[in-house]
Amino acid sequence: MSGHSILQAAEAVVCRPWLRHILPPHDWSALARASVADGWTLLAHWADTHAAHALYFDPVALAAVPVSVPVEHGLYPALSPIYPGAAWYERMVHDLWGHEAASGADPRPWLDHGQWPLVAPLSVRPQTATEGDPPQPADVASDSLMLLQLGPVWGERQEVAALRLTLDGPFIRQAESRLGYSHKGALALMRGKSPRAAARFAARLSGDATVAHSLAFALATEAAADVQVPPRATALRVTMAEIERIAGHLDNLAEIAGLAGAESIRIRCGGLREVLARAAATAFGHRLMMDGVVPGGVAVDLTNDGAEVILRALGDISMQMSWLRQAQDGAALFVHLAGIGRAGTALAATLGVGGVAGRACGLGLDVRTVFVPGYAALSPRVAVRPDGDAAARQQLRIFEIEESIRLIGGALQSLPDGPISLPLPQVSGEGIACAESIRGDVWHWLQLDHGQIAAIFPRDPGWCLWPLAERVLENATVDDAALIRLSFGLPSSGPDL
Amino acid sequence: MRRPRWLQGPRLKAEPAEPADAEARALMAARMEAAAQARLGRSLALLHVNTGSCNGCELELRALSNVFYDLERFGLRFVDNPRQADVLLVTGPLTRNLTVALEQAWDATPDPKWVVAVGDCAVDGGVFKGSYAVVGGTGLCVPVDLTISGCPPSPGRILTGLRTLLEAHAGQGAPRSG
Ligand code: SF4
Repeated sequence: MSGHSILQAAEAVVCRPWLRHILPPHDWSALARASVADGWTLLAHWADTHAAHALYFDPVALAAVPVSVPVEHGLYPALSPIYPGAAWYERMVHDLWGHEAASGADPRPWLDHGQWPLVAPLSVRPQTATEGDPPQPADVASDSLMLLQLGPVWGERQEVAALRLTLDGPFIRQAESRLGYSHKGALALMRGKSPRAAARFAARLSGDATVAHSLAFALATEAAADVQVPPRATALRVTMAEIERIAGHLDNLAEIAGLAGAESIRIRCGGLREVLARAAATAFGHRLMMDGVVPGGVAVDLTNDGAEVILRALGDISMQMSWLRQAQDGAALFVHLAGIGRAGTALAATLGVGGVAGRACGLGLDVRTVFVPGYAALSPRVAVRPDGDAAARQQLRIFEIEESIRLIGGALQSLPDGPISLPLPQVSGEGIACAESIRGDVWHWLQLDHGQIAAIFPRDPGWCLWPLAERVLENATVDDAALIRLSFGLPSSGPDL
Repeated sequence: MRRPRWLQGPRLKAEPAEPADAEARALMAARMEAAAQARLGRSLALLHVNTGSCNGCELELRALSNVFYDLERFGLRFVDNPRQADVLLVTGPLTRNLTVALEQAWDATPDPKWVVAVGDCAVDGGVFKGSYAVVGGTGLCVPVDLTISGCPPSPGRILTGLRTLLEAHAGQGAPRSG
């Protein structure tokens, strides 16, 4: 039975712009199996107080497919036997809501490291925590192997995560990451607030993807309330999102170059990122444009000389691009990156990997081309590479910087006049929306109850990038681990919630 | 704004004359001072300790190494081992899951040492204050010598804070001891 025929038999609620089907447990599992056969991907899995939810993507229909299963006696059927990547989500669902994935692949805690005062803080009646044993990573199989524990605090001005590598000589045999250290309880803080108040937490899920998360959150809210923001707001959102992409890619290029000893690239990319951050501060009042995108529109209009300042900064970046492209493909750096951290297309597809990491191994989805308002008229160009390695990812980052410069030029050239936001009606409803962050597609699902957030889940690309990086690290040498980590731009705060 | 030489040249658009940039002038003056300080052998080793940041503060800490700020000229450098550190630069709202990590970093840093809370989260928990998962502010776990507010604070602001420390270090030289 195909996925769609299972859905047809089920009851559904409106989850704009799609329908969310509520499946009995048997069909929930059947759909997971059918989705594999139909070539869908599992984008996210989460819960609320009484149901478990999954979000699939159907690449043929170009549609997101949200489905739910009621939780009965604290249990719901696990997805991890079919989608191994779902195990982290199941562990998160258990830690936050207390629902157990029956026959799940891994019952260990994920976000809950035994330090919170509460157990299952998002459940209807969270219990007080009692002293427990800290969770243990999987055992190492053989004595001849060596363990290398990296993190959780890396001391490198990076995010927090632990990576446990099992070494056989210089080769990594097993890589196990452990996240959750930066869990801040964002979902509990957002619940019961107005979308405008909750937006501050969406903006702080992931600092270098603050615009993307704010945008996906705002679009999901507007979908739930069934409103459309003024055209000027849409154009300014595109401008902010693309500035963030250029800045993030420059930061990544600088970091990788620094690690690979390509000092001249590090210096130029770091300097260009600074030029752009200052332009953003002048144009929008904040270097990262944090809290710039809000439900209903944007919080700030461009300052009088804002467009001019942005275009000038982009001019500075443009001028360096041919140098950067040559330097990037030059002998020193390319040799360092070619063949490193090679991700397979099939694995990336199964995990639902998008963004630069997905496009570097031939997966062409860029949600800007399909779902995000404001882009269609600018016809964004998307590049893919077949190689899947760190060199391909850097080439794509450079391509995307140039393309984003073009998109901002287009958005600012035809910037409509008019208001920059509208008030949101105090309504109830449900919506899903996405944005393309520097690491790939960000998805936000939420429910409004009389104008307040009743339930929410933001899916950061980190949920699929870490499992991909683990598999890529296995077979790599330990010397390349840091480079591979940076090349995927592995985030912690976003998936840590 | 002072522009590196490789940034000068033809522009996308004809550019009006730039206003004199107070921040750039202050940075320049600071650089000269820093050179003098470095000659006197005053330098500080910084250890970044992430206690659950959103990564926004890290972006700006990384920016301290770009050509506009170039913090090494001030005798400031980042290290990755608490045993070599003089200053702990703490970011994030101190999540419960990282409290032990902060304590360990502090314990492992030899005296005399300073603790700088970087960003609104590290100052007092920021927007995450009151969450079940957050202790809220570096000072609730280890003694804090300097706070730098902002979400995130700009690199210029972080640098100003660190220069205050350098001056204290060079002056009476009485950092907090364990
Ligand atoms: S202060 Fe702001 S930028 Fe820094 S970690 Fe907190 S939320 Fe992020």
